[in-house]
Amino acid sequence: MATQHSRTAARLMISPAVILLFLWMIVPLAMTLYFSFLRYNLLMPGMEEWAGFSNYRYFLTDPAFFTALRNTLVLVAGVLMITVTGGVLLALLLDQPMWGQGIVRILVIAPFFVMPTVSALVWTNMFMNPVNGLFAHAAKAMGLQPYDFLAQSPLLSITLIVAWQWLPFATLILLTALQSLDREQMEAAAMDGAGPLSRFIYITVPHLTRSITVVILIQTIFLLSVFAEILVTTNGGPGTASTTLTYLVYVQSMLQFDVGGGAAGGIVAVILANIVAIFLMRMIGRNLDA
Amino acid sequence: MGRITLRNVSKRFGDVTVIPPINLEIGDGEFVVFVGPSGCGKSTLLRLIAGLEDVSGGVIEIDGVNATGLPPARRGLAMVFQSYALYPHMSVRRNIAFPLKMAGMDPSEIARKVEAAAAVLNLTGYLDRRPGQLSGGQRQRVAIGRAIVREPKAFLFDEPLSNLDAALRVNMRLEISELHQTLKTTMIYVTHDQVEAMTMADKIVVLNQGRIEQVGSPLDLYRSPANLFVAGFIGSPKMNLIGGPEAARHGAVTMGLRPEHIDLSTSDGTWRGTVGMSEHLGSDTFLRVQVEGLGMITVRTGGDSGLRHGDAVCLTPQPGRVHRFDADGKAMA
Ligand SMILES: Nc1ncnc2c1ncn2[C@@H]1O[C@H](COP(=O)(O)OP(=O)(O)OP(=O)(O)O)[C@@H](O)[C@H]1O
Ligand SMILES: [Mg+2]
Repeated sequence: MATQHSRTAARLMISPAVILLFLWMIVPLAMTLYFSFLRYNLLMPGMEEWAGFSNYRYFLTDPAFFTALRNTLVLVAGVLMITVTGGVLLALLLDQPMWGQGIVRILVIAPFFVMPTVSALVWTNMFMNPVNGLFAHAAKAMGLQPYDFLAQSPLLSITLIVAWQWLPFATLILLTALQSLDREQMEAAAMDGAGPLSRFIYITVPHLTRSITVVILIQTIFLLSVFAEILVTTNGGPGTASTTLTYLVYVQSMLQFDVGGGAAGGIVAVILANIVAIFLMRMIGRNLDA
Repeated sequence: MGRITLRNVSKRFGDVTVIPPINLEIGDGEFVVFVGPSGCGKSTLLRLIAGLEDVSGGVIEIDGVNATGLPPARRGLAMVFQSYALYPHMSVRRNIAFPLKMAGMDPSEIARKVEAAAAVLNLTGYLDRRPGQLSGGQRQRVAIGRAIVREPKAFLFDEPLSNLDAALRVNMRLEISELHQTLKTTMIYVTHDQVEAMTMADKIVVLNQGRIEQVGSPLDLYRSPANLFVAGFIGSPKMNLIGGPEAARHGAVTMGLRPEHIDLSTSDGTWRGTVGMSEHLGSDTFLRVQVEGLGMITVRTGGDSGLRHGDAVCLTPQPGRVHRFDADGKAMA
């Protein structure tokens, strides 16, 4: 079928879709790029003028920028660590034959269906609240001082909330991977004298690497843009203690009405996200081959 | 050493009894083949011996020591699985080395043993490949290599050749037999292919629905099958089983006659019939002869018999080659 003629026809026929997708991506990107070079403040509409790289200079020299960059990486790395280890352990647990397996699995998956805003609200008000939260009650019941999670360690609290949301995703993917593990391989390892721990290290973990890679790649994409959880819980504070890049862009453009600065921040975030992506693909992407 | 004794071993899955209590004695250095139709419990029995399934009752002894409750690793047996069960993410070298590594052996010692096993199995050039980059026969050899490096008390094979093509199967059959000659280790080999069973075994165990129908050397089973099931199962093509008045004439309820124990002539004989289908194998020809009053009888004849479909022939059973079975299907003396 791969004649010259059919190939030309094929190209012609998929071109509308490709062009549409290309425009879909390139138009917003180009506009953001354009805005990032303008002095464009919503408080002074109609006064846009060419600003060169000054938006970028302001954004990159803002002390909040480095905090935000660090916070973003800490948040992503923290959530990945919790979800991958937790996901592997939960998947191992759920893979065991047990009573009420169906219901338990649905319960485990449930957090994934809760909207980020809702789950963040529930966590802040019902669990982490220093006065009414369950954790506070528990602490008081044990005679301890209630801990104000969101004020005292805001980034950790947000990491926990986001990890709670993403744990089911990791668990689900790793569980399906576990279920595809050949039973005879496990039995062969058992006969070869491998105990449960050795079997986990030498058979299960290598079998899971590809799925773990998928989990890390997909989650990183979504975690770099975590926003609702921060807006609902800490508003990036106290100070900039829980401001991520995404949130900083929002603060810049929507709270300070500086569209140009926000656009510049957006472009910086895009570049950083790509750096992270290249880094990840280099590091673990080869697990996906073969 | 590798003497395995089963005493009243039985296995139930839920309320289905797959293996009723059976007794079996496997001597040191023997090549024992479990053979039987699909679903008769061969794999289950092997897995009971390996320790991959718990027995529902009875005792398994290895070298006189009760091994019933021992985990698989502590029984000192090695198994080759039908799917080979190689570790896909490890090189051939690491696959073969795995049991030694688990035993905590010294790395230089491991390397030496792996090289030695690879040399025996013609795998030296492939040690750094992954299982996915090997042919079926090579994978089979890696699986065997992984079993032999441990120097187990006995090898367990579960239909190891069923994924190979016919030519390779014959080759591997010889290689495994040769391996048994060199190592002189007990081997238990599961197959549903009676040719494999006949050619490789010192001792064949014929299983039917979990029960042991007969235990004996290949020629024992061929010459004096204990019952109708064994008579029909061992030998290719199948033994002719004839009932009715003809069997009664021999004082039996069913009489059995192998295709190779019937003389063929065009002029005179005990039975007359017409040639139906014939299978030409080159060296032999198997004729299906329709005999009045007896039905279809399979007869072996030379590769160059000029007989054609529809020819009239006469058949004579060779004296002393008739097997007689009673109403329960048991062989009569
Ligand atoms: N885990 C199990 N649960 C319930 N029944 C089982 C289980 N494993 C095997 N059986 C049943 O036990 C019987 C024997 O199975 P087994 O695998 O030993 O057969 P086999 O002789 O090896 O057959 P084959 O030649 O097809 O491999 C079958 O009827 C099978 O359905
Ligand atoms: Mg089987």
